[in-house]
Amino acid sequence: MPNETQGTLDRREVVKAILEKRGDALVMTGLGSSCYDAGVHDHPNTFYLWGAMGAAAMVGLGLALAQPSRRVVVITGDGEMLMGLGALATVGARKPDNLSIVIMDNELYAETGMQPTHTARGVSLSGMAKASNFAVAETVFTDEDLAAGIAAVYEAPGPVLLDVKVSNKRYPMSIRLRDGAHIKNRFRENLLGQKAFD
Amino acid sequence: MKAETSPRPWAADIYRAFKKLGVTQVAYVPDAGHAQLILDCHADEATNAVSLTTEQEGVAMLAGAWLGGQRGALLMQSSGAGNCINMLSLAQECRFPLLMLVTMRGEWGEFNPWQIAMGQSTQKVLENAGCIVQRVDRAGEIGEVVFAAGQMAFSTSRQVAVLIGQRVIGFKDWSK
Repeated sequence: MPNETQGTLDRREVVKAILEKRGDALVMTGLGSSCYDAGVHDHPNTFYLWGAMGAAAMVGLGLALAQPSRRVVVITGDGEMLMGLGALATVGARKPDNLSIVIMDNELYAETGMQPTHTARGVSLSGMAKASNFAVAETVFTDEDLAAGIAAVYEAPGPVLLDVKVSNKRYPMSIRLRDGAHIKNRFRENLLGQKAFD
Repeated sequence: MKAETSPRPWAADIYRAFKKLGVTQVAYVPDAGHAQLILDCHADEATNAVSLTTEQEGVAMLAGAWLGGQRGALLMQSSGAGNCINMLSLAQECRFPLLMLVTMRGEWGEFNPWQIAMGQSTQKVLENAGCIVQRVDRAGEIGEVVFAAGQMAFSTSRQVAVLIGQRVIGFKDWSK
């Protein structure tokens, strides 16, 4: 049953628009569809989660604290964010100014049979981020909102949270790279050079 | 038997081990056993001390720290170990180094029956989740054990938990 917050934006177009502007930003994905969306535009500065549901925002926080001169962008899903809601409070309390979280919010657990998440039932992730002391927290419904939101993701003092309402369209997997140790080593070597092996 | 009420000088030993190891991110869910160490970490400008809502956040945060080139440590009470189990798959699959310091409850003079379940299963569940577990039951050895565990974690990219026995930490005297 559709509801008033159901999105119409195309998730692959949204992620493409975000990643086109990445510059030297470090990108963290959640598991499932957001991993596959980002995987279309694979980059050694992207770390993919294929599991550990609920981890994305907190991995982003640790990375943002370790790399304060770089923007860290977490791209994850509504189900993944809901599993780690405490992270919004932890991030808001620590207030890293270089961390942005973008949620591809289709209001569904798409990987497990399209069951509705709480965001289909009146729960607002941007509202939770606002209440958790985020500097910017917006829900995005349109291309115009998205353009302003992407500017905030890269430029605004954080923490920033964008809850992007996307359609329920499903796409196939993209990236095949899923060995965790390899993804980690690739990311570290690219970022740290020889220091990655200290 | 008297409950221990004196300050815990080994907190400073752990802090010195952190400095020697190059630990700069310390994530924690508070525990009385770590109270002084948490204060010391917050007072240190070179250390990012981060309070968590649940222990599993720390497993994820320290994976991010390592991705960014920093070393971290996660402080918790034994009741928090169970909260970490699925998140430890992140450390195991990616071979992230992870240093966890677990202050034990539910094993020595415990007065609260609700602490027994997790206290008695902490070592087993951590080992089942792929974690190397090292216990320390003598106050004078804590700093040395933490340093050794940290060196192994960071040099071999493994998860290592140091369980600090409740006998060292002291327990609440429930007899009066």
